[in-house]
Order: sequence, then structure tokens, then C-alpha cells
Amino acid sequence: MTDISAAGAVPATKPKNSLFVQDDLTRRRNAAETRFKYYGIVAIVLSLSVLAVMLFTIFRDGTSAFRQASVAFPITLEAEILDPKGARDPADLAKVTTIGYGNLIGQQFANFLIAEGIAVEGISDKDISGMISRDAPGRLRDMVLADPSLIGQTIDFNAYATGRIDGYMKGRVTLETAELDRNVSLEQLQLADKLIAAGILTSGFNTGFLTNPDASDQRPESAGLGVAIIGSLYMMMLVLIFTLPVGVAASIYLEEFAPKNRLTDLIEVNISNLAAVPSIVFGILGLAIFINFAGLPQSSSLVGALVISLMTLPTIIIATRAAIRAVPPSIRDAALGVGASKMQTVFHHVLPLAMPGILTGTILGLASALGETAPLLLIGMVAFVTNYPSGPFDGGVLDPATALPVQVYSWASRSDPAFIERSSGAIIVLLAFLVIMNVAAILLRRRFERRW
Amino acid sequence: MSVFLLLVVIAVLSVAGYVLCRQRALKSVDGNIRRLHSLPGYYGWFGFILASVPALLALALWLIIQPIVIERQLSGFFPAEMVEDPSARTLLFADVRRVAAGLDAAVAQGAMTEDEAEQVRTDAGSVRDRLAAVGVALGAEVTPEVLAAAQEYREMARVGVIGRAILTLILSVAGLVFAIRATGPDFRARNRVEQVVLALLILSSTIAILTTVGIVLSMLTESLRFFTMYPAADFFFNLTWSPNFRGNSELGLIPLLWGTLYISLISMLVSVPIGLFAAIYLAEYASNRVRSVVKPLIEVIAGIPTVVFGLFALVTVGPFLRDYFAQPFGFGNSGSSVMTAGIVIGILNIPFISSLADDIINAVPQSMRDGSLGLGATKSETIKKVVLPAALPGIMGAVLMAASRAIGETMIVTMGAGAAARLDLNPFEAMTTITVKIVSQLTGDTEFNSPETLVAFALGMSLFVITLGLNILALWIVRKYREQYE
Amino acid sequence: MNDMTHKGLGLATQTAKISASGVQVHYGTNHALKDVDVTILDRTVTAFIGPSGCGKSTFLRCLNRMNDTVASCRVSGQILLEGEDIYDRRVDPVQLRAKVGMVFQKPNPFPKSIYDNVAYGPKIHGMTRNKAELDAIVEASLRKAALWGEVKDRLDATGTGLSGGQQQRLCIARAIATSPEVLLMDEPCSALDPIATAQVEELIDELRHQFSVVIVTHSMQQAARVSQKTAFFHLGNLVEFGETGDIFTNPKDPRTEAYITGRIG
Repeated sequence: MTDISAAGAVPATKPKNSLFVQDDLTRRRNAAETRFKYYGIVAIVLSLSVLAVMLFTIFRDGTSAFRQASVAFPITLEAEILDPKGARDPADLAKVTTIGYGNLIGQQFANFLIAEGIAVEGISDKDISGMISRDAPGRLRDMVLADPSLIGQTIDFNAYATGRIDGYMKGRVTLETAELDRNVSLEQLQLADKLIAAGILTSGFNTGFLTNPDASDQRPESAGLGVAIIGSLYMMMLVLIFTLPVGVAASIYLEEFAPKNRLTDLIEVNISNLAAVPSIVFGILGLAIFINFAGLPQSSSLVGALVISLMTLPTIIIATRAAIRAVPPSIRDAALGVGASKMQTVFHHVLPLAMPGILTGTILGLASALGETAPLLLIGMVAFVTNYPSGPFDGGVLDPATALPVQVYSWASRSDPAFIERSSGAIIVLLAFLVIMNVAAILLRRRFERRW
Repeated sequence: MSVFLLLVVIAVLSVAGYVLCRQRALKSVDGNIRRLHSLPGYYGWFGFILASVPALLALALWLIIQPIVIERQLSGFFPAEMVEDPSARTLLFADVRRVAAGLDAAVAQGAMTEDEAEQVRTDAGSVRDRLAAVGVALGAEVTPEVLAAAQEYREMARVGVIGRAILTLILSVAGLVFAIRATGPDFRARNRVEQVVLALLILSSTIAILTTVGIVLSMLTESLRFFTMYPAADFFFNLTWSPNFRGNSELGLIPLLWGTLYISLISMLVSVPIGLFAAIYLAEYASNRVRSVVKPLIEVIAGIPTVVFGLFALVTVGPFLRDYFAQPFGFGNSGSSVMTAGIVIGILNIPFISSLADDIINAVPQSMRDGSLGLGATKSETIKKVVLPAALPGIMGAVLMAASRAIGETMIVTMGAGAAARLDLNPFEAMTTITVKIVSQLTGDTEFNSPETLVAFALGMSLFVITLGLNILALWIVRKYREQYE
Repeated sequence: MNDMTHKGLGLATQTAKISASGVQVHYGTNHALKDVDVTILDRTVTAFIGPSGCGKSTFLRCLNRMNDTVASCRVSGQILLEGEDIYDRRVDPVQLRAKVGMVFQKPNPFPKSIYDNVAYGPKIHGMTRNKAELDAIVEASLRKAALWGEVKDRLDATGTGLSGGQQQRLCIARAIATSPEVLLMDEPCSALDPIATAQVEELIDELRHQFSVVIVTHSMQQAARVSQKTAFFHLGNLVEFGETGDIFTNPKDPRTEAYITGRIG
């Protein structure tokens, strides 16, 4: 069969040469091989270093949010200012506004500095009282209204320093930047130095960052994540309640019962397409259906949870179906073989065996839901909320709330650099939650991993 | 009877249904379960389901229908022109409900007697002030029509509550009685219960369809409303985007679409080569140890929320590009730019591309590689000439999916691309995208029924159509590719 | 190619092409091949037979260093190709494999055209200067693989569209297109039907005139039909090596006899 005459037409091939000698072409080919391999290494190094840079900048900018400068000084709650009538009548006490308290704090702080012998040349009283957060009068007033017996006493008061003084202690504000900044004066910074030396101005762990509600542009020092954490928590609870049963039910149907027909096909196509619909489209859906049509309250965790549930459902269904499919058919055959109904087989055998996989998938789905931002902007969760929502059983899910990632966004869009620090700090909190959820999922998978 | 109380009663009846039916089943065979068709528990569940499901369905239906019926009835209180415009109508009925709720609160707090609440007229002093005293703040003074409608509303709501309670309780009890009577040794309780469970399973799986229908309907109706206020041709072909609060806005899609596509293009230029080379290295070169460390690390990128990337773009990448590229080379001095957003979206998409490409490359059979290596091809020649061409359709699918993700990405562009809609080629210039404008038009303070707000729905519809098209195409290509190896 | 030595086809002109001595192969802790000595002659078909897992395929893959692609594999001992140690540090496996081609168990044409499948090797090894030369090589290789007549009208059709036997002959054409000196075949007929098998066997017999062919096979009949030399492997040992006729009619080792008579397998 071999056509030897045709073989003669083959041009002379390369001359015989030793295997020990690489010819030019081989050398070039090997160089290309090495280059190609390095492209891959470069790609990996590049992506991992970007990840490292991103995490580094966030931690560099954000860790300082967990520390906060505060001023401690004694304050005498003078009765003639706070309760001019002297009757301790709550209605009278409530008539004194935060302005009154503000004046009291400013005055007392100035007096305290004189008594301590701390002075800076040319500093005005306004500058001195301006070092204390505008949040302090409100807090002091709440303290007094809650316990009128404090009036007339001298208490140790611990007030936040303003964002600029705080920034000065963290190195964000320097003497050079202060010169260009009309929110802080050089005298204030000099005074701050002396207060630090005297141990009056100190920096400590910032519990308020985790518990306080959001605060207005003028007082970044008292802005915290309290409402956002509660909002995110409510939403995750509701998302879990909505998606887990529905997702499991849908997966069981599609995996175990669904006949091969048009409807099933339609559902399958729908699920895979929904998983790829941009998240903002779900926000539009939420706005149109849940808020405008169904009349649910804007900015509430309930609407947020509904929107995010619809978004997360396809992910959870896909993960759950994979877990159900991983249960080998022999288990089903065994159960059906002893006379169990199809439904009993699924609920007694398949579902318990698939449960670890389902839970892992659900936790991972929740983790990605926790970081979702765009749809929440559209349903009003970006609103400025300073009141904590009520308890979950007192309709708290209907109260306005924000969410962690939304708080990141709204702080990032404010001009004061102190809010960028808070924004990065909020990311650290968010990432901490995500790490916890992912670790939980990994542990769950390790613990129950089964090889069939 | 409040809804909560109703639910409690239904729950009690359902539990009673479980217990009674189970007992009756057991008694009917004198405790010899073998003579029963199903396990006793199934009889119990049958009773539970009949006592609860119909009643709950009726309750849900009632809750949906009652407001619609009441609203239709109350329309008679107002002149026709007031209730014609749907948005004015919505506001009006919101007022009515608020006044009615105020009257309820007033009665509950003892500030008004029940009779007073029913009789009070606007001429008898300011209703607004009286309601404010009980903590219900109203925006404007209450008109006589609204007050009358609110009083009628309260009356109808009261009737409704009673009707609702009677209907649901009757259904619940009837279901319970029926279940008890049906229970007997030959009754196939398990099959009945399983049918109901199956119905629930089917119902759950149709939620995906309902969601899609919801998305399409909500965007379609609002988009159509938008097109009645603003010509569709202008929306699709106008080259200017300049919304104006006082009207006369120019709302052209083209500049937004341009910004979107430009940013997506740059993101693809970043993510496709890096993601692909990373995937190739991991699949073909890396040792198992390197792979087991690097692959999860790259996937960490995918687990980070997009808002974090947004902040990264805003605080780090934007200023970096501005200070080291845009300003020195005279490309402009904007921190937020097409480049900033594109690069950061590209980074976000690296793990997406690399993990999809990794799967696809691994799906190419080893025998292909052996064939090529056996002929004396180097590894890279094998990859370039055999593996990648074989995996090409799958990789194309992955690239299309990544493009669709880039087009739909919101947070990074909101924080990193800028807000100025312009048709420009300079990638260091701030431009804006469809998603940015959806956010800004829907979170602004403009009135909901203005074209400036409603345009967001038309934008959303366009976005939905584009990304859906890309995804369907991608899924189709990937499916074709899978068939090749099956 | 080597046509001057091609006249007589006499066995007397045969020289040693590959000589292996003391070859050991480990996969991780598994000692897969123990101290194998084999000499493979030029222009001869050598068959490796033995039960599954006996190491015959492993040894075959040592001969063109395909085992390099398995991370856990370690090879020691000496394998000389025309007197040069192929495991020498200076040897580039890429060049080696151009000289020692390989055909695999399952036909694995690339998802490309028939032409591109055959042209792949010559292209990557830079064997041609222009299209005409490449065309000539493709045609010659397909003719030698006895496939030319069947595919000459559809060289642009995809290689995966051929029948199993045609695919395997295409893979053989692909392997001989780089004009190797040795052709390794790893159970080339195990995925084929009897008719295709007969065609491939006939082809192997033809190829013997130009190449040194090493074939791993499960089928003793096949070994008897196509080979001149046979090596019997068992549990990683080379049990017996000699003329095919001797092995099948007069085995020296009881294990060989047991295998041939079907008692182990």
C-alpha cells in the first residue's frame, strides 16, 4: 500500500544531527516556551499583587477608624442653666436644647483648661470649644434627661474630639494641611499637643464605630456602623428565611420530579439567565414592585431582603441542585427498592445526605448577598438613618435602615477625608463578616465531605 | 380580629387537625397501624393541611383584593379629574390612608371617641392639628373630601376585617371537618399529602419565572410610560444626555451606551489576557502545590464586594492614574475616568475569566495534549495550537459572560467613572454609563412621574436586553462546545 | 529517507536503534519497571506483550520521554538512541520526540482539518520552506499511512469526522510526517474494529521497511502477526525477549508459557 515513488518526492529532510546539540530552531522554540510560561506567571503575580495592594490600602486607611481621640474632663451640671425653675420637671428639662448644653460644655472645658494651667497664645474660646465633637451636647443632654438627679453634680465627662483633632492624632491632619483648612486652626493643634502631653486628650478603641448610628457631615467622629450592622443582620436573616426553603423546594422539584417538558426547560433557562442579570436590574424590580406597587416602606430591611432574595435564589438553586445531584442514584434505588415512595426517598434519604452541600452553598450565597450594594441604593437604603430600627419582632424589618456595603458607599461619597477612613473601616468590618461566613462554609464542607 | 390573631387561630386549628385526624385514623383500626393505608402521621398532616392551606390562601387573596376594592369604591368621593392621573391618584389615596390611620390612632389614644372620629368634619377645627397631637403628622390641611373618604375608608376597613375573619375561620373549620370525615383505614392520606407537597415544590420552582416576568413587566410598563412623555426615537438616537429638573431634558441613550461599552472594552483588555494566562498557567504548568494555593487566592478577588473595588478605584487607582499618566501626558486631570473604572472592573473579572477558562481548558481531553507532545511539540505550542483552538468556543462564551458582567457593573462605575455623559475617545476623561445614570436618576429628588426619573426604567430595559442577549449567546456557545466532547 | 540502505530488506543489515539497559521507573513509591534491558533493531517491528499493568506501556513511554509529563515519575538507567543517552541533561525532549514518534491507544486527531493534522509536526519542527514542500510531505505521509486515496478529496474536512480506523491511520500519518526514526505505538488497535485492525496491521508491516516500529499490544495474535521481535513483561520485569517465533513456539520462561497459554493475563 505504501507508495514508495511518492516518498521520493519528499524534500530532503534535515541532516542527521546529534541529540546533544540543540539546533537554532529548537533553541528559539524553547525560548518561546519559557516566555509563554512567564506570561502566565506574570499574569498571576499581577492579579495577586493587585489584590494585595487593594487589601493593603484598605487596611492602611481603615484600621485607624477603630481608634478615636476623646477628651476627658470634669463637668459640673449647673442647675441654673439646665433647670432654671428647679422643679426637675421633665417637661422643663426638655426645654433646654443642645445649644444650651453646648455652651455649658464649652465653658466648662475652657475653665478646666485654665484650672489645669494649659493655655495657647491667641486661641479663642470658640476654637477651644470647637475641639469637642458637636455630638457631645446631645449625648450629655440624653444623660441628664435619663437621670435628672445628675443636675448639680460634677461628673467625669468623656467627649469625642472633632474629626480634625482625631485626624491630627492619627497623622492625617498635619500643621501644613491645617494651614489650608478652615475647619481647624494651628492654635487648636498646639493645644491638642499640650492636652496629649497632659493626658487629657487620649486615643482609645472606638466602640462607637461599631455601635453608633450614622452622623452628619460635620461630625465624622461620631459616625458609626450600628444601624448598618443591624440592617445587614436583619436582611441576612430574612434572605435566609426566604431563600433556603424556596431554593431547596425548587431544586428538589427540578432535580427529582420535573418531567422533561417545555415548562421545565423554561424554568431552567430562566434560572441560568437570572443568575446573570445585572444586580441593578433587581433594584429596579424592587422599586417598581415592592415599593411602588405593593406599597412596602422604602429603605426598609424587608424590601432589601426581598430584592436580594430574588437575586440570590438562582445561585442557591444552582448550588443546591449540584449537592442533590452528588447523592448517588444507588441511594435512591435502595430506598425505592424497600418500597418507599418517591417523596419519602427524597425527604428521608437524599435531602439529609445533600444537606451539608446545600448549607455550604447557602452560606456562600449569603456571603455574596451581604456585599451587594447597587440594588439597595435604588430602594432607598442609602438614606441617612440615625435611628436604630426596632427589634425584629416589633416590626423592625419595616423601619428604615442601611446596610454595611451601602454605608461604605455613602461615606465614600462625602468630602471629608475622615469619612474615607470610616469607609475603609466599614469595609474591614464587612470583610470580617465575609471571612467568618466563608470559613464556616469551608469548615462545614471539610467536616461533612463525603466521597462516594 | 387582627391578621396576627387570625394566623394564631388558624395555627391552633391546624394543630388540632393534625391531632384529631391522627387519633381518628388510629381509632378506626383499633390501634393496628398495619390496617391503615398510610402511616398515622400522614393522616395528621392531611388534617393540618386542609385546616391551614385554604384558609391562608383566602386570607392572602383578601389582603390583596381589599385595598383595590376599597379604592375603587372611594373614587366616588372625588371629582373624576382628581382620580384620572394614576400618580395623583396614588398620592390622594396615600393621604386618605394616612388620615384614616390618624383617626385610628386618635381613638386608640383616647383623644377622640369612636363617634367623634366618625362624625368629625373639617369645619369643626383643624383635623390636622388634632391628629398632630396624637403623633400623626400630615403634610397639608385635610380637605373635606379626603376626610369623608377617610371616614368611609375606616368603615369599609372595619367591615372588611370582620368579613375576612369570618371567611378564613369558616374555611379553616370546614377543612378540618372534611379532613376528619375523610379519615379512615382506606383513605390514601400519604398520596394526598404528597400531592400537596409536590404542588408546593412546583410553586417554588416557578418563582424564577415569576421574577423574570416581574422584571420585564415592571420595566416595560414604566418604560412605556416614559415613552409617552419622551419620544422613543429621541431616547435611542439623541447624542446628548442632559437631564434638566425644570423639563426640556435631553435624554439620549447614545452617550451612556458609549461610556458603558468603552469602559467594558478596557475592562476586557485587562481581564481577558490576565485571566486567560493565569488559567493556562494554573491548568498546564503549575504544580499541584502551587495550584492549590494560587487558585483559591485568585478566587478571593471574586468574593470581595464590588463596593470595595469602587472605593479602591476612587481612592487609589483614580488618583494614581491621574498623577502618573493623565496629568504628565496631558490627557486631563480627572481622577474618575474610563481608564480607572475599566481597569478596576477588569481586575474584578480576572477570577471570573480564569476560573471559567480553567474549567474549559481542563475539559479538553488529555489525549489531545499527548498527541501533540508525542509529535515533539513544546508545551506552549501544544497550548497555542491544539488546546486553545479546541477550547475556543468555550472561552468565547466565558468572554461574552464577562462582557455582560462588565456592562452591568454598577458600584465601580458609580464611584470611579464619573457622572458626565460625553462622547469622547480620551480614556482618561470622566464618562458615565447606563448603570450610573439609573442610580442617579432613581436616587435623586426628582418627582417620580417625570421623564427624568422614568428614563431610568428605559435605561434598565436597555441594559437588561443587552446583557440578556449576551448571556443567551454565551450559554448557547458553551452548550455547543460541551456537546463537542460528549 | 535512508533509501540507500533500503534495497535488500534483508535482516542482515539491521543495526541496533535503541539499546536500553538497567531501566528502572518509579511512580512515586510504586516501582513500576525493574531493571529492563532491551535492544530495538532498525527496520524491525518489536512487540511488547504482557498482562495489564506489567509496565510495557510505561517502558514504551520512556523511549520518547513522554513520562516527563507525569510529575511523579522517575526514570533511571540508560536508554541510548543511536549511541546517545536520551536522558542526558543536554537532550531536549522536543527534538527527541521528533525522532521518536508516537501513536496512541485511542485515535486522537486534533479538532482541525485532515491536512492541518498531518502538517502540524512538520510545521512546528520547521521542516519545510514553503507550502509546496509541506503539501508534498502531507501527501507522502498520507500515502504511507494508506489513507491518501480515502481522503485526498477532503483534506479540509475535520479529522474528527473520520471513522475510527481512518482516524488511527491519520494519527499514524501525523506521526510519520516528521520523518521519525522510531515509531512507538501504544496499543494502536485496541479501540478499533477487526477490519480497521487488519488495515492498521498491514500498514505496520509496510512501515517496517522504513522505520523501527515498537508496538505495545494486548493481543498475542497481533504480536505474532506483525512483529519480528517480542518482549514479554510481567509485574514490571522483562521476563523474556527474543525472536517472535521463538517466544510463541518455544518460550524459555515458565511465566511466558503461562501467559501465552492463557493461564495468566
